[in-house]
Amino acid sequence: MSAAARPPAFPVSWPVRIAWAGLALYTLYATSILNLTWARFLTGLDNGAKFLARMFPPNMAADKLDLIATGMAESIQIAVLATFFGVLLSLPLGLAAARNLAPKWLSWSARGLIAIFRSFHPVIVSILFVKAVGFGALAGILALIVSSMGFVSKLFAEVVEEMNPKQVEAVRATGASFWNVLVMAVMPQVMARFVGLSVYQLDSNLRNSTMVGIVGGGGIGAPLFTAYQRFDYDVVLTILLIIIALIMVAELVSGRIRRIFQ
Amino acid sequence: MTPPASGESLLTIRNLRKEYRPGQPVLKDISLEIDARGVTAIIGPSGTGKSTLIRCINRLVDPTAGEILMDGQDLAKLSGQPLRMARRRIGMVFQEYNLVERLTVIENVLSGRLGYVPAWRAFLRKFPDGDVARAFDLIDAVGLNQDFATRRADALSGGQRQRVGIARAIMQEPALVLADEPTSSLDPKTSVEIMELLAEISRTRHVPIIVNIHNVELAKRYASRIIGMTGGEVVYDGPPGGLQDSHLKHIYGGEDFL
Repeated sequence: MSAAARPPAFPVSWPVRIAWAGLALYTLYATSILNLTWARFLTGLDNGAKFLARMFPPNMAADKLDLIATGMAESIQIAVLATFFGVLLSLPLGLAAARNLAPKWLSWSARGLIAIFRSFHPVIVSILFVKAVGFGALAGILALIVSSMGFVSKLFAEVVEEMNPKQVEAVRATGASFWNVLVMAVMPQVMARFVGLSVYQLDSNLRNSTMVGIVGGGGIGAPLFTAYQRFDYDVVLTILLIIIALIMVAELVSGRIRRIFQ
Repeated sequence: MTPPASGESLLTIRNLRKEYRPGQPVLKDISLEIDARGVTAIIGPSGTGKSTLIRCINRLVDPTAGEILMDGQDLAKLSGQPLRMARRRIGMVFQEYNLVERLTVIENVLSGRLGYVPAWRAFLRKFPDGDVARAFDLIDAVGLNQDFATRRADALSGGQRQRVGIARAIMQEPALVLADEPTSSLDPKTSVEIMELLAEISRTRHVPIIVNIHNVELAKRYASRIIGMTGGEVVYDGPPGGLQDSHLKHIYGGEDFL
């Protein structure tokens, strides 16, 4: 075949080009609308540096630490309880949402519910629950249960949909009931991933639990917000450092747990 | 178990038809009689409906028309609970073994009892003691060391996995075993070993086996009856000795492979 007759090895994809061009144009447009200028960015940096300087050294006064410890303990409790119940409820919800297991009406209703759970940021859900059940940890726990269910069941449903159908077919061929197929063919395939998702959710619930307090959902969020408003930046730094330490420990522990359930 | 008399019929297939797309039948009104003993090999080129035929029997594939009679019951018309009851009596061995990879060998073998064991028992792994003992016996009978029992299926070689697959099928105490290309993913030596094992099981446990196989030599060596299919139709049905090159030419088309 002559060289001229061959098709191009890497043909141009116009949809991709148009998408990139569109993104670039929108970025320019949004920048101009929002009045973002280099000068403002530079003054901002300067203010930021002053703010950071006022944080040092972190406040380690005993009464402050006491207050922080109580708040942190509550945050951790919120995170653990929310993860436990959220994950527990995600198991049936995720299975119901999996299109290869559940009948259409069920999977679509489950998907609808998940979509609603995922629509709102945990802080917005917290505000709703604070209005409903009052200030305190319960509101935070309920809010994080909702966001845990949104995340874990959606990804869990995807894991179930990606499982190997041949293994399921073989177990079904033995005359196993639906529940037996679930227990002996589906769960073994998806359980390790489910544990992985749950542990990841515990991680993010620890982060989120430090925040629901800002709107009255309990935990360290309230003392943190108060410290900001009273310009106690040294206390803010102490709290931030403790949160960082907590997240790092959680990272280590979750890695261990995931390895156990390989 | 007493061996059924030779020639006693187990399965009657009448005018079995399967169309995945309307008007394009993969199986063209197949009628067959399967005896309650011996190895029946179905040979034929890829895509000729061998797999569809045996998957219709345990209803992993739903036939479009026709009857599949087993003990006076039409398998083609079953659904729900009666279908599960019928499936309990039909073991199946797969080309790619289809073991649950993350379960251990003995858990896979015990899966053969799932038609009898309630889900909560399976969940807690509280299988009846008799079943567990039999599972160990079967692991031994298919030629695996007892140490394999607690190993995960994904740690096994192809030949070992197929042995577990066979043990799972026999665990059902089936009246019939279907084997869908059980040797196609295996090397030639292991293929012979697996066919040897299937033939031995059929002989000693008096279980009839229907095996899809594209290796004509293996089919002739281990089967007591050969069914040649091409284009969704049965074109040869008889003893291995009667299979001539002319038949193979008809079944596979052309003669380059001979």
